[in-house]
Amino acid sequence: MTEKKLTKGNIALAEGAIQAGCRFYFGYPITPQNDIPEYLARNLPKNGGTFIPAESEIASINMVMGASASGKRAMTSSSGPGISLMQEGISYLAGSEIPAVIVNIMRCGPGLGGIAPTQGDYNQAVHGGGHGDYRNIVLAPGSVQEMFDLTIKAFELADKYRNPTMIIADAMIGQFQEPCRLTPEKPVEFPEKPWALTGRKGRSPRLLKSLYLGDYEQEEHNLFLKKKYDEIQENEVMVEMQSLDDAELIIVAFGTPARVAKTAISLARAEGLKVGLIRPITLFPFPVKQVFDHSARVKNILVIEMNTGQMVRDVRIAAHKDAAIHFYGRPGGGFPFPDDVLGEIKKALAGGAR
Amino acid sequence: MNAIFKRPDNLTDAATHFCPGCTHGIAHRLIAEAMDELGIADRTIGIPGVGCCVFLYRYFPIDALEAPHGRAPACATGMKRAQPDKIIFAYQGDGDMAAIGTSEIIHAANRGENITVFFVNNSVYGMTGGQMAPTTLLGQQTTTSPFGRDFKSEGYPIKMAEMLATLEGVAYSTRVSLHSPKHVNQAKKAIRKAFEMQINEMGFSVVEMLSTCNTNWRVSPLEALTMIEREMIPYFPLGVFKERTGKDFL
Repeated sequence: MTEKKLTKGNIALAEGAIQAGCRFYFGYPITPQNDIPEYLARNLPKNGGTFIPAESEIASINMVMGASASGKRAMTSSSGPGISLMQEGISYLAGSEIPAVIVNIMRCGPGLGGIAPTQGDYNQAVHGGGHGDYRNIVLAPGSVQEMFDLTIKAFELADKYRNPTMIIADAMIGQFQEPCRLTPEKPVEFPEKPWALTGRKGRSPRLLKSLYLGDYEQEEHNLFLKKKYDEIQENEVMVEMQSLDDAELIIVAFGTPARVAKTAISLARAEGLKVGLIRPITLFPFPVKQVFDHSARVKNILVIEMNTGQMVRDVRIAAHKDAAIHFYGRPGGGFPFPDDVLGEIKKALAGGAR
Repeated sequence: MNAIFKRPDNLTDAATHFCPGCTHGIAHRLIAEAMDELGIADRTIGIPGVGCCVFLYRYFPIDALEAPHGRAPACATGMKRAQPDKIIFAYQGDGDMAAIGTSEIIHAANRGENITVFFVNNSVYGMTGGQMAPTTLLGQQTTTSPFGRDFKSEGYPIKMAEMLATLEGVAYSTRVSLHSPKHVNQAKKAIRKAFEMQINEMGFSVVEMLSTCNTNWRVSPLEALTMIEREMIPYFPLGVFKERTGKDFL
């Protein structure tokens, strides 16, 4: 049996990056993600890597662009305001098809916001943030083990699709400790990079760009990207589903609220209330099919988020037209405790406002 | 018959998008000649900023990365750290470097990144139609300083080569001009030296080139050349502001 070690979420993520072959980290300090750069500043050089404390998040993401364009695995991490500053670069990465891993250990907002656990950046990560018609691949770990495993997965997906991949986690997932296996489950995949800028020697020159001025060139490029996003939607959905067979109500939640939901579901089941869980692990691609299929049968959905209602829109779009969608949100560092969720379960089962 | 003059090997025969009379083309030619002479093109990667410089990949047959506006020095940082054996250069205009990209250029220079930056200073935003830049001269009329740049409102033209020369990480900082054959020859030497600084791992090198934008200055190409001599050089003096002679920083 593989040994497990009590590990903090942010550290598991940082160690996952090293084991994924990431050798370049560029970042600017911001709470609550500082464990990540601090760990990598110490451990990347030991592994032949490079750590640069960048002058800003704008510089960080562009340094990532330069290292990634060289064919190397590179990443940055930040939180809310810093991620906002990176959006220009993320859009360029998507347009130029340069892979990168960007981690957002979310803090509250808008503005400077508090540092308590929250999920206010779902829309920013999943539905844009930067300009133009693009998608990020977005992963949402729900445990320390997933902080490790999904970081490796993030590098693999970024390379496979030549696309920016974001990991978003609330500060609870980033800051708490759990036993964690700190070795990859399976050998890490390293796809060939026949597009990397390494100097033209022995071949024709290569170009990575996002400017298309010719007639219909930009449209063609956008349609090409769309095809890629459709492929990602088709092939890469990850979702955890629990207790759905006999469910009369399905909770949809990611990150910490999904963990609270599991506790609430056992409380509910102890009282004879049949509640199940759908936990999206990929936020893009969203588990559209899973939500549709189960909502067609169960028709009663409760979405729990630590915000005022962001993922709930995707659930509404995905769900069967006859499904009633309930929402319970705690924004700005408010926390959905199990008893609160149990109360919401009872309200939802009793019928109520959609 | 011996050829005594030809297009450099590392300049393509694509017709440039530059306006007739613009000296950007000269800057391109000089960089291509330097790559030819130093034999580095196979391992050189160019990073254009946004503006008239953006299409450098049409004219240099080398690998290239199109950077976001002002961010080329940060992209070059990531790329050079990832591939220290490659020659990495950024190519920026005055809006790109001296306005939106001041943070990235200053910190790349201050870290002493072993990269080369070519900086074309033509005192306006050329690509977008001649708006006022941080390098626009006092009194100079542009579409966004229609009554002439006034220091009380817009401050003074920024001297990048001098400013960057104050930073410890900088190995070479110079300002040259592209307005006469003599100055073009000097510019060529500076470009070559900047590349050599990188080849010899001396640290950050930057060449500021005074360049014409006759279209947006609304003068003839010839008049634009004399304006560099008459109006730009008195404010933006030519010269070497920093030149490291040994690896004294180690």
